[in-house]
Amino acid sequence: MASLLQTPHPKERRIIFGNISKPGYAPDIDTYLTHGGYESLKKALTLKPGEIIDMVKAANLRGRGGAGFPAGAKWSFIKYDDGKDHYIVVNADESEPGTFKDRYILHEDPHQLLEGLAIAAFATNVHLSYIYIRCEFPKAAKIVWNAIKEARAKGFLGKDILGSGFDLDIYVHQGAGAYICGEETSLLESLEGKRPYPRIKPPYFPAVLGLYMKPTIVNNVETICHVKHILAMGAEEYAKMGTPGDGGTRTMCVSGDVMRPGFYEIPCGGVTLGELINDVCGGLKPGRTLKAVIPGGSSAKVLRAGEVFKLKVKGPDGQMIDKETPLLDLTMDASTLQAAGTMVGSGGVMIMDDTRDMVWALNNLNQFYAHESCGQCTPCREGSLWMSKVTTRIMDQGARPDDAKNLKNIADNIAGRTICAFGEACAWPTQSFLAKFPDEFEKRVG
Amino acid sequence: MIDTTTRQADAITPEFVAEAQELISHYPVSKRSASLPLLHLWQNHFSYIDDTGIEWIAAQLDLTPVNILELVTFYPWFRREQAGKTVIRVCRTLACALAGSYEVKEKFCQAVGLDPHEEHHGFGCAPPTTADGKFSVEFVECLASCGSAPVALINDDLVENIAPAGVSAIVEQYK
Repeated sequence: MASLLQTPHPKERRIIFGNISKPGYAPDIDTYLTHGGYESLKKALTLKPGEIIDMVKAANLRGRGGAGFPAGAKWSFIKYDDGKDHYIVVNADESEPGTFKDRYILHEDPHQLLEGLAIAAFATNVHLSYIYIRCEFPKAAKIVWNAIKEARAKGFLGKDILGSGFDLDIYVHQGAGAYICGEETSLLESLEGKRPYPRIKPPYFPAVLGLYMKPTIVNNVETICHVKHILAMGAEEYAKMGTPGDGGTRTMCVSGDVMRPGFYEIPCGGVTLGELINDVCGGLKPGRTLKAVIPGGSSAKVLRAGEVFKLKVKGPDGQMIDKETPLLDLTMDASTLQAAGTMVGSGGVMIMDDTRDMVWALNNLNQFYAHESCGQCTPCREGSLWMSKVTTRIMDQGARPDDAKNLKNIADNIAGRTICAFGEACAWPTQSFLAKFPDEFEKRVG
Repeated sequence: MIDTTTRQADAITPEFVAEAQELISHYPVSKRSASLPLLHLWQNHFSYIDDTGIEWIAAQLDLTPVNILELVTFYPWFRREQAGKTVIRVCRTLACALAGSYEVKEKFCQAVGLDPHEEHHGFGCAPPTTADGKFSVEFVECLASCGSAPVALINDDLVENIAPAGVSAIVEQYK
């Protein structure tokens, strides 16, 4: 497998990728069972559903898909015995540029996902679940489907799981090449067989009116896998790996201009950006210097090399004080990156060195968003295309004096004015590239 | 161009129908949910989706054809024209572009004999395809393998860390 070091880096702590990195580890159920597979499920079935949700809450598990919502809180929105059908849908539509972790879980360790899913379903009274896999992972869909059949044959799925009286059916559902389906309400529309236009919240919070208008949990692949380990380790032990409010490990996917791009499973807040780039990823290419970092998938706001942030930290007397923190000293956890004006998002860290042209990079992202806007809301449908046209024209013909102002104006009129977060996702790159690298736009004015 | 001379639905086999029924059974709450699975089944079997395919799928799910057509025109994966036997999808998005995917795509076009600058004419159309029908080459958006960029999805195979000089050897494997 590409992208994973044979021996974990000292900064790593492999939980999700613990078995995947072992030589000879295969995705079949027999291999899984010889590595302690389905033991967490057996344990879960002896607990009360509420106890499992309390454990996930105490573990401080945040969603690993991008929004970072606390998983235990999301689950507790589902009323266990409200008499309605409930569903869990696993979001395996991994499409955020810069993110490539779920791909490996699906291909190399599908039973880990199924075990986590069975535990989650037991805790929330779910008996029918779908795993929505993007169709660009054709082999993953076959591997996961085969794993479902294996698990059913051994009694870990299906009717009366391990004699507990609990029933669960899981099916694989394949997407069809649209990034928007990673947005949870869009994904549900897609799963219902409709055009995947995101639903407006309120009222269509998935926990209230989700799949087939029933209470539904949508969780990322990695999030669901963590559940198995919370059960195995205990919530306290698991939470201890991370920071308060951001427990466990997070898979950081690093791409771009570093010596060792790849994914690294690191305790939440366990590295600074500088350690991640220079230590874990072997630094930049020889003779290069850092220029820009997109820290949490392509939608996250870009950071400029040399930036210094004022972050609130606890001072010696317990008072909150401002502390000057250079870019490379930012810890890679949800709250620190939020305080630095960006986000940890899906864990996709893209590194660009001094040879890179920021207008070119922004144009690449603008073309992505223009292609992927679903077209439901006018500001996004028109605005994403306009931004893409302007940056393409700057690349081809040079900039006009008011291009930067116009780009900002377009972006400012998308963010906050759309049904779903795609509006922000497509506006943030333009807004942040303009704010952080204004000189690169100015120097192109002919 | 949309092919209207053959009717794909005339070539449906009992095995195909059984597979469709199996897929529909995965959605006990609403048959409509089987629209994407049936479209995939159809395109995998016939290579593209003609009018009779849209009508047939709609009929299985008690829908009107427009409910299926609106999916075919939305999702980039589906096409209404014959594509090459081997479809080469080169990732275009940032991490791959940083690693040279534009050059890689050009090399793929040259290796199979396509004009690298030929435009893909949009949703539903086949990507640029060689005259012998063997290869199609297109850019697609992020394939989620940024750590081993640049990458391409060739039929069902992910090919990683593609060097421009290695492209013709990759193409040979699919000839």
